[in-house]
Amino acid sequence: MIPFILGRLVKAGFILLAILVFNFLLIHAAPGDPAAVMAGEAGAADAKFLADLRERFGLDQPLYIQLWTYLKGAVQLDLGFSYRQQMPVSELIASRLPATLLLTGVAFVLSLVLGVTAGVAASARQGSWGDTIISMLALLFYATPLFWVALMASLVFSVWLGWLPGFGYETIGAGYTGIEHVLDVAKHLVLPATTLGLFFMAIYMRMTRASMLEVSRLDFVKTARAKGLKRSVIQRRHILRNALLPVITLAGLQAGQIFGGAILTETVFAWPGIGRLMFEAINQRDYAVILGVFYISGAMVLLFNLITDVIYVIVDPRIRLTA
Amino acid sequence: MKDFWKRFRYNRGAVIGLVILAIVIATAIAAPFIFPQSPWKMVQRPFLPPFTQGGLPLGTDALGRDVLSGLAHGAYVSLLVGLVSTIVALAIGVPVGAFAGYFVGRTDDALMRFTEFFQTIPSFALAIVLLAIFQPSLTYVIIAIAVVSWPPVARLVRGEVLSLRTREFVEAATLSGLGNVQIILRHILPNALPSIIVLASLMVAQAILLESSLSFLGLGDPNIMSWGYMIGAARTVIRTAWWLSFLPGMAILLTVLALNLIGEGLNDALNPRLTRKSE
Amino acid sequence: MSLLSIRDLAIALPGGADRRYAAKDINFDLAAGEILCIVGESGSGKSMSANAVMGLLPEGVNAVGGTITFDGQDILGLSEQQMMALRGRRISMIFQEPLSALNPLMRVGAQIAEVFEAHGELVGSERRARALTLLKEVGIPDPESAIRAYPFQLSGGQRQRVMIAMALALEPEILIADEPTTALDVTTQAQILELIEDLRRSRGMAVIFITHDFGVVADIADRVIVMQTGTIVETGTADEVLLKPQHPYTRALIDAIPRLTRHDEVAPIDRKTVLTVEGLNKTFSTSSGTFFGKRRVVKAVQDVSFELYSGETIGIVGESGSGKSTVGRCLVRLINPDTGRVMVDGADIAHMSGADLRDQRRKMQMIFQDPFSSLNPRARVSRILTEGLIAHNVPIADAMVKARALLEMVGLDPSAMGRFPHEFSGGQRQRIGIARALALDPSIIIADEAVSALDVSIQAQVLDLLADLKTRLNLSMLFITHDLRVAARICDRIIVMQKGRIVEVGPTGKVLHDPDTAYTRSLLDAIPGQDYERALAKAE
Repeated sequence: MIPFILGRLVKAGFILLAILVFNFLLIHAAPGDPAAVMAGEAGAADAKFLADLRERFGLDQPLYIQLWTYLKGAVQLDLGFSYRQQMPVSELIASRLPATLLLTGVAFVLSLVLGVTAGVAASARQGSWGDTIISMLALLFYATPLFWVALMASLVFSVWLGWLPGFGYETIGAGYTGIEHVLDVAKHLVLPATTLGLFFMAIYMRMTRASMLEVSRLDFVKTARAKGLKRSVIQRRHILRNALLPVITLAGLQAGQIFGGAILTETVFAWPGIGRLMFEAINQRDYAVILGVFYISGAMVLLFNLITDVIYVIVDPRIRLTA
Repeated sequence: MKDFWKRFRYNRGAVIGLVILAIVIATAIAAPFIFPQSPWKMVQRPFLPPFTQGGLPLGTDALGRDVLSGLAHGAYVSLLVGLVSTIVALAIGVPVGAFAGYFVGRTDDALMRFTEFFQTIPSFALAIVLLAIFQPSLTYVIIAIAVVSWPPVARLVRGEVLSLRTREFVEAATLSGLGNVQIILRHILPNALPSIIVLASLMVAQAILLESSLSFLGLGDPNIMSWGYMIGAARTVIRTAWWLSFLPGMAILLTVLALNLIGEGLNDALNPRLTRKSE
Repeated sequence: MSLLSIRDLAIALPGGADRRYAAKDINFDLAAGEILCIVGESGSGKSMSANAVMGLLPEGVNAVGGTITFDGQDILGLSEQQMMALRGRRISMIFQEPLSALNPLMRVGAQIAEVFEAHGELVGSERRARALTLLKEVGIPDPESAIRAYPFQLSGGQRQRVMIAMALALEPEILIADEPTTALDVTTQAQILELIEDLRRSRGMAVIFITHDFGVVADIADRVIVMQTGTIVETGTADEVLLKPQHPYTRALIDAIPRLTRHDEVAPIDRKTVLTVEGLNKTFSTSSGTFFGKRRVVKAVQDVSFELYSGETIGIVGESGSGKSTVGRCLVRLINPDTGRVMVDGADIAHMSGADLRDQRRKMQMIFQDPFSSLNPRARVSRILTEGLIAHNVPIADAMVKARALLEMVGLDPSAMGRFPHEFSGGQRQRIGIARALALDPSIIIADEAVSALDVSIQAQVLDLLADLKTRLNLSMLFITHDLRVAARICDRIIVMQKGRIVEVGPTGKVLHDPDTAYTRSLLDAIPGQDYERALAKAE
């Protein structure tokens, strides 16, 4: 188990390094002066700032030295300076990261729990009305553009019905503290987290359902029946546990997609996370921020991956005991 | 082939999907003939609601542009981007997966590390980064989508090839004196084809979603009218003219749904061949 | 009064199957403490009848007529609730593939304890204690650690013992064993058969034993039912059915069993060597997929050397994991050996590559085990047979002529050319595989378990075909098999392998009747049905 996690950590390190190299190459592959790219095109940065950048990243040095300078900085979490916001990128991201972690974490757990539950329910009554309805809903959510669901949800539940806030992270100026503050944030979280989770819930539901049906045809399920076990026990103890393995793998693979979805959801709901930050940076062509968010989101995805890996290992003894 | 149709038709959803897709394709092809004017052209006063004026059945947007014309031209863009980016993604993913699966060992390791890298990094963020740095144009949109969507193809093909290459008929082909490339092309890929076709149909759907998301964020080709752009442009006026966001969204939803339904039908129709042995 | 009584049972297949009934007009009784064997080839419906007793028919398959009376009540009329109370407590079942029959994510002990839980017997710690006792009883080595093991950590035989322990937990009156030894090595099979026999005796438990192997039947059965395409063709005591079969189908099946004792003494061979293998070694190492995991190293082939003479058939026999298949694949370079030489016509195939390898390899062709995976499902027979010729620059027209001739040679109609593999039966497919192997006019054929996946009657036909082709085309053959009976039938000499090494080499008669090593002796002793074979020989 420990060697397995260590191995994964080393691998994650390599991937982060690869993202940094990739970022570096992108800056140089982009049309125009790398310093101008880093400063942000729309910023029309002043000459002094450009000169500073050239010196700091050694832009007159050979490429490999530039790479080295860049990597050295990045490892120390120096992700550049946003000329637009007049702030170091790392500080910008750090201030926005908790909101994104909250949103993606809640959406991830929500989609997994609800998706698996719905998938189990549908597979238990294959071909029934319930199954048909759940499957059709999943098919629908799976085909819906995330940003559009978000827009429609805010229109219906916030603008028309006025049930939930459709904007921001908390009620500005209300000055809530303690439990009131938590409830206020939770209320703001409902729409973004639900809309972000819907698409993934559909994926997990479909996967769980297919996987449950497949596992239920395996020999050991017949053994369990031959023991005289109750159907519900067989479902839970024998089929579900085995059927979850591919779902966990999928959840790990989808972690990156959840972050992608967060960019859209945060944009629509003005959720002050790094997704929203990225959207703002796109509009301002603030490349230092775009690349920084990209790098940090990679790190986040690796963290999600590590968590799903660990869960997988806990569930499957074959890996725990041989790796 | 006859069996294929029989099994495909048996899936009612797939047939519905096929009908919807046929309508979308017909719209895309007919758009330049029915709406020869540019969809960007202002034709009436802004915010003309749907069904209020003949000739403009879906009304106009915030700049007085014909919504129906925009939807029709958008169909063309969506399908084009979906199809071409999927073809490009297959062109990257299939060879990578095939070589990784066939030449196990170092080649496999190297190719799969490469694939894993692209699969791990958040793909949507990557597409954004690519389009933000290289100026958005239709070509770059297609490239960006292809770059982020080939890893699943490579993984699938590698998995199929890994399991097929140890099949005895592949060993027999090796003993018959066939070269590696011949074996991959004649014995392995044809057997992996059904899974690839099914995946490809789902990828077109995902590519359309991805394109609309990018356009929504303002990273689409600024000269091309697309569904995502229409929603993005109407976002600020959603309180007063919600249908401007609603209609293009429905268009995306129906198209993507149709492709997914077709994908399921293809899966039902193509997979029995592969699973026959286990029956 | 019999314990179980089946009358006019009919089991219907779902629509669209190749026949309406999986089994029909099934009548038999089972007495307490009796072992009843149901034998038949694949598709005979032998498993279906037994599954019906458990109420565990596959989805879409239903008992549509007749009665199954157990202890005075008709099982077919019971509710699912009542069946659950019966399963595991009064009737138990074990299956063919013990690995897939156990839940891979649960410890063995928990899976046994579950039986008690299902029937509300005992409490936590008692269940565990009973599980331990059961594991001891079925003879698992080191039960204390086995109870904490996961299925993948046990061997095939140990897993089947776990299955049996589970089935015995509540001392059922009937044990249904569905091909329980088919997936096991012959020595393990012998142990499991002995265990079932012991348990029957000590507990007075009745056993329904489903098998395709007459040797197993002869060793274990009190009474026998022979099934063919869904109906019972013969039933009687073991002696009656086995020694005085009445029905022609039973007779044909018994005749088709390869005999250990019946092999023609080696015709004088001109001692011309066609293949020399020297010091062959192959080690597999599997990485655990992480940087810090440990590597597993398997020495699959160790220092294997032998010579194959012109016109000779050598059998390479051994249990699973003995390395016999790896040797075969190393010779043709489907696997690259680490060290050693493979000399054919003075050239060393083990150290060749590119065009040289291709040219040399056509002299040595292979016939594979699985008639389903050995033919490309998407290629017509014509392509399958001509592809190799075309790759060796034979004009297409000539290749087609040759392919037709090959089909006739293996007893198939040339019209087969335009058809796809799935249109043929298992035996026919194996004939196509043989034709493909012969296409390049090889001098050496390597047959890897070439008849293992076939029913016994088909097996006999294919073996005859191979023997015939061998003489007609003056082939030399390496016949890799786990089945000593098959080896006895076709081989001139036998090589016995164990854990990657050759432990014994000699003429077939010597190896089978007067082996030099204890290992060979143990393999021979484990072959089921030897007493029966002697009785048969005497009767003839």
